Amino acid sequence: MAEEKEPMFSPKNIKLLTNPITVDNPITKQVLGICSALAVTVKLEPAIVMALSVLVVLAFGNVIISLMRNGIPSRIRIIVQLVVIAALVILVDQVLKAYAYNVSKQLSVFVGLIITNCIIMGRFEAFAMGNKPWPSFLDGLGNAFGYAWILVAVAFFRELFGSGTLMGIKIIPDSVYEMGYVNNGLVILPPMALFAVATIIWVQRSRNKELIED
Amino acid sequence: MNKNSNSYIFIYASVMVVLVAVILTSANLALKPLQKKNKENEKMINLLSTIGVPSDATTAADLYTKHLVKEVIINKEGTEISTFANGELTGEKRAFNVNLKSALNDIAKNDIVAMPIFIMDNNGETFYIIPVYGKGLWGPIYGNIALKADKNTVAAVTFGHDSETPGLGAEIVYDAFTSLFKDKKIFNESKFVSVAVVKGGVANQTAVAAENGVDAISGSTLTCNGVTNMLNDCVINYVNYLNKEDK
Repeated sequence: MAEEKEPMFSPKNIKLLTNPITVDNPITKQVLGICSALAVTVKLEPAIVMALSVLVVLAFGNVIISLMRNGIPSRIRIIVQLVVIAALVILVDQVLKAYAYNVSKQLSVFVGLIITNCIIMGRFEAFAMGNKPWPSFLDGLGNAFGYAWILVAVAFFRELFGSGTLMGIKIIPDSVYEMGYVNNGLVILPPMALFAVATIIWVQRSRNKELIED
Repeated sequence: MNKNSNSYIFIYASVMVVLVAVILTSANLALKPLQKKNKENEKMINLLSTIGVPSDATTAADLYTKHLVKEVIINKEGTEISTFANGELTGEKRAFNVNLKSALNDIAKNDIVAMPIFIMDNNGETFYIIPVYGKGLWGPIYGNIALKADKNTVAAVTFGHDSETPGLGAEIVYDAFTSLFKDKKIFNESKFVSVAVVKGGVANQTAVAAENGVDAISGSTLTCNGVTNMLNDCVINYVNYLNKEDK
């Protein structure tokens, strides 16, 4: 039985990459990874660093789990997945500490958060355990991008209105403050991240009725 | 082969754990020299920045040697027990290599004082730089406080932290906060008071004199209290040394 070779970027594979960015977004549709979306979106810079780290861990973790999928005993698969995530995160952290010290200082807080990020384990369990390495890699990339853009959008909103800055650079000019404008302290607090995510979910679902659950 | 048999699971788990341990250990060993160098560079960059000399990882070592007058370790009475100057070490240890955390522990537990201080100069001006270490809200906070030649006026401070809240406690590292310490004084009429971080604005209260206090950051009370305690608990060990007339 000759297996027909699927092209690397077949429409099905492209969908793996693009679906999680839009209609199957891990945060807005699957509602995973909310905890880290609250924690790291006060400022834009940590949000971007976090998104990049998740990208690396998710894409490579998916490939590793996919390669191992036929040997993993199902009774301890969650533990195996956790070990892979933890090992990758520590490895990333060690490499950053040696070659990109400043970035690693930014990241230090989030290492623990990456390990507990439910998106990563969710993709390992739901996709990589049952698919080949290449589609798993694309799925990892897609989900990481889906996670990243929500994170960056929320952080943009929170830093701009909470601190009047973007990437630490002052955006709202002093003259506006002199007219009586005050930074909104509420935006810095975690609940506002939920409001922001909820707003994105609301906009997304009112534009695409298929996403609405009964 | 039955993948759910106990023996398979045990073997699988053992092999995996050993494999991961080997990978992580070798990564750590291979990268350790680079990481150590980064840490030392960072320490030099921080010390240099308190005396107003900008540097980066490539220039830090040279600039540090150039601006260093001497590294000193002092004891309880404020006497120098170990000095390092012009590449020559007198005593047991370089102040640069003192682990501040264990030095502070020694003071608390055994009453043994061996605290490091760095004397550096820039454009003919002498600075006394005291490294500080303490507790923030989530983890350790640390930094340097540079005093001018009068051993009282603050020239500059730098702070760092491991895990303070981004946007709140983590703001202590930025200029907006550290620049507030400039020209504050650690003595009030020859009595040591340190520099306190004050909630509600220094101008609005009477407990701390304006020249001994700086404004706290909104939303980071616990980190700011940590900064106050850190400065007080560390600098107090140097009072005898700072009060000494130049020998």
